Amino acid sequence: MVWDNMDMAAITAVLGAAAATYGLRLGGLLLSERLPQNGGFRRFMEALPGTILLSLVAPGILAAGPWGAVAAASTAVCTWKTRNVFLSMIVGVVIVAATRRLGL
Amino acid sequence: MRLPKKDKFPMQVAVDHRPSHLHETAALQLRRGFIANLPVAASVAAYGSVLGVLAAQKGIGWSTLLLMNLSVFAGSAQFVMVDMWAPPLPVVEMIMAVLIINMRYLLIGASLHPLFQGKTLRHKMAMMHLVADENWAVTMAAHRSGIATTAFLFGGGLCVLSAWCAGTMLGHRLGAVVQNPEAYALDFAFVAVFTALTVSLWRGRQDVLPWLVAAVVAVGVEKLLPGKWYILAGGIAGALVPVLRPYGGQWRKGKRDGLG
Repeated sequence: MVWDNMDMAAITAVLGAAAATYGLRLGGLLLSERLPQNGGFRRFMEALPGTILLSLVAPGILAAGPWGAVAAASTAVCTWKTRNVFLSMIVGVVIVAATRRLGL
Repeated sequence: MRLPKKDKFPMQVAVDHRPSHLHETAALQLRRGFIANLPVAASVAAYGSVLGVLAAQKGIGWSTLLLMNLSVFAGSAQFVMVDMWAPPLPVVEMIMAVLIINMRYLLIGASLHPLFQGKTLRHKMAMMHLVADENWAVTMAAHRSGIATTAFLFGGGLCVLSAWCAGTMLGHRLGAVVQNPEAYALDFAFVAVFTALTVSLWRGRQDVLPWLVAAVVAVGVEKLLPGKWYILAGGIAGALVPVLRPYGGQWRKGKRDGLG
């Protein structure tokens, strides 16, 4: 048991993240009657999951260099074709690992 | 993780279609939810093991990781937390980032409204914690055939949670032995997982402009501002496009249907 490596900051971060996530889960259900079912707000909320994940990952792809971009593109195509996130992740990681191993 | 292909869900919902389901006990529905999520849980465990390896590399103890699994229980947010994990911990930034990434749970929660019709607040509070992307998707598929219940959803949550914990804990063990994670490109695993998850959210041609705006704003803000604000900035900027341009891309949809 290594509970001692859980300092206050770690516990605060984890429990804060947990509270935020649970708040969103329950909040969405409880607010569902009040959230506008159409119009701009709905279009915004429907577009948000995709744009958020893309924003999360775009700088990381750029930072990984040209082979990182190739790997990300291959991952994207694999997801598009197979809809299998795990397989697609393997494809990207293998490309980056191989090019690093070859010193490219 | 296998994702739904348009309206067809590849994961087999292992349920029978007898109308008697409504008279079944909650325990039985919970069991069916658990079983229906087994195929998707296998891939959850697999990509959880990547998170475990990364966490071990960052020096996060297994107990902290387990606490995170049980309390946060959100794959993408946990990947970001582990990514940001460097002493002194940027606690406020981390919680903000989790809040931003998990904003989609507002939608997911809202979409479960019909399932929870007539349920007490206590029931809602108890059931909603174990709602992840995966068991939500399986439940929504089952709901279309009219066979989903809140117990089914919860059973699926238990299944995904078990797989998530097993995968991350196994990965954490492995991570302690892997000496040089860069050689195996494990640092790229995060980018790869999220590239794949992003593509799975593509809705069609109407997403071209919003996604372009999101990518450009995110990359720009990341260069200009410290912290993780670029996630929020890019996400909001991109999502505002269909608000300002309500029919953007729609006219092309009919012409190029099937490509989206």
